[in-house]
Amino acid sequence: MKGWAPIGLTVAALAAVPLFTSSNVVLNFLVMALLIALVGQGWNLLGGYGGQYSFGHSAFFGTGAYVTAILQMRYGVNAWVGFCIGIAAGALVGAAIGALSFRSGLKGSYFALVTLAFAEVLRIVASVAPVTGAGVGTLIKLDLRPEVFQFQSRAPFYWIILGLVAVSLILVRLIEGSRFGAYLVAVRENEDAAAALGVDAMRVKLGAMTISAAITAAGGGFYAQYFLFVDAGIAYGPWISVEALLAPIIGGIGTVFGPLLGALVVKTLGELTKLVTGDAPGLDLVIYGGVLVLVIAFAPRGIAGLIADLRGFFKPSLAAAKPNPDRGHG
Amino acid sequence: MADTLLRIENVSKRFGGLLAVDRASFVAETHRITALIGPNGAGKTTLFSIVAGFLPPTEGRIVYDGMDITGMPPHRLARRGIARTFQIVQPFIGLTVHENIAVGAHLNRPARAEALAAAADVARMVGLADMLDRPAANLTVSGRKRLELARALAIEPRLLLLDEVLAGLNPSEIRDVVPVIHAIRDRGITIVMIEHVMQAVMSLAEHVYVLVEGRIIAEGSAQDIVGNPRVVEAYLGHGAAGRLAAGGGAGG
Ligand SMILES: Nc1ncnc2c1ncn2[C@@H]1O[C@H](COP(=O)(O)OP(=O)(O)OP(=O)(O)O)[C@@H](O)[C@H]1O
Ligand SMILES: [Mg+2]
Repeated sequence: MKGWAPIGLTVAALAAVPLFTSSNVVLNFLVMALLIALVGQGWNLLGGYGGQYSFGHSAFFGTGAYVTAILQMRYGVNAWVGFCIGIAAGALVGAAIGALSFRSGLKGSYFALVTLAFAEVLRIVASVAPVTGAGVGTLIKLDLRPEVFQFQSRAPFYWIILGLVAVSLILVRLIEGSRFGAYLVAVRENEDAAAALGVDAMRVKLGAMTISAAITAAGGGFYAQYFLFVDAGIAYGPWISVEALLAPIIGGIGTVFGPLLGALVVKTLGELTKLVTGDAPGLDLVIYGGVLVLVIAFAPRGIAGLIADLRGFFKPSLAAAKPNPDRGHG
Repeated sequence: MADTLLRIENVSKRFGGLLAVDRASFVAETHRITALIGPNGAGKTTLFSIVAGFLPPTEGRIVYDGMDITGMPPHRLARRGIARTFQIVQPFIGLTVHENIAVGAHLNRPARAEALAAAADVARMVGLADMLDRPAANLTVSGRKRLELARALAIEPRLLLLDEVLAGLNPSEIRDVVPVIHAIRDRGITIVMIEHVMQAVMSLAEHVYVLVEGRIIAEGSAQDIVGNPRVVEAYLGHGAAGRLAAGGGAGG
């Protein structure tokens, strides 16, 4: 089937990396990049395909992370089960915030601000509520067994996050080719015109937000298992909301590979900055800001758009060469 | 009842201090072309928006297929078979012509391949077959009007509300589109059209309503309407007499 090969090849190539290196630095870097790719794919579905720009995807990331951690530590739930419930809880939070904001007709920057506000409320609640460990946070007990989603080495974590990214790539590709995907893009382009064609914009946006939140919550649950620690600033802090939108915008908004491309670029830039400047706090954000401005100014469709343009640039010249027999046999 | 697909009963619409539609009533007979004409600002588009569910009426009710549909949201009315085009065209700018039409075709076809195939058929019918892969953003005015028409047709409506689909077209383009509208009617679709191009109204409409300042002031066959002094006066008063006198030949 057309369109599946790039996903298969990319995932296969990435899956082979641990066979060539066991460097924790490399794997750690790739794990973080893939985590951002996953979280960014969640944002991309709602923002890139649906045109609803959220500034508060940490609400879903944090819910996934906290639910995974708290269910284990307070209620003795198996980590894998907790992880799945975390995804469901994230989806629920997405549906709830979506219902509240879409029903009140919030669009554009109003929607962005309201999602930001919800995420901030959750962050504040999490930093005082006893169940989250309040200011101290929640520590997951070290227990390096696969049954409880913990591993001796980084490679299994790497393959798990890669698997999650693969699922998200496939899911978004499937949505792209479905009626739901067509409706989602139609709503992004023009809600009135979509409604006139029988599209229930409200339901479509709500569906997208729910799936988007679930994908992002999976990233949060993974984060909790990888670092075995969650606190309010990590889980619900703005950092993840920013990276969630940065990756797809830089990589190519509303494209299947945009979030992955963008995450790799953003994380590479982040590392390079660290190499050059040491650990000056906040400097990576300055670099991100600069890159974002450059991308929006010169490649509004991101890296994926740039690649498509380059292809388009070479294709017509080939086609033009065809009718000319001299060149054809030259 | 069976012969009346749409019945508008005493519908009014107030925007603040402005009474845009004032107790307007009319019916659209099944399988016919009904025209709604009137000077600029008469409230024609507002009336369409009310019928299609985009605006709630201040008072009055809309009966479609024997059922009161007043206040139903647009997407549900579309699913019941009411399609509208927008006077100010609303293409999905970022999509191709084919994708634009497919959104409509998806209403009755969940599978992408079938929706795309149906969309290609509709494109052929309105003369967009050669432009399927073009971005909607690159279409000419005439192309965009055709796209509006194609998308609305793609939902396979029973009632089609056309809001000035001929405006902005040159006479030869109008001559191309008029038979398309005839063909749509011949497929059994009931049409209500808002139109300023009198030549098209004369050749297409079986019944004409005249809306002036929100009120229906006359109705009848196209011939009756053109000879009706109240109608002529309404247009003259708004400086639109030229359009009538010229018969719309160079209309739009
Ligand atoms: N959403 C709105 N809010 C306030 N006033 C409106 C609104 N929509 C339309 N109007 C006003 O209502 C009146 C009727 O407008 P409408 O667009 O229905 O006229 P029309 O008959 O379609 O005119 P045209 O031939 O120029 O398209 C106009 O005075 C217009 O300014
Ligand atoms: Mg109008």
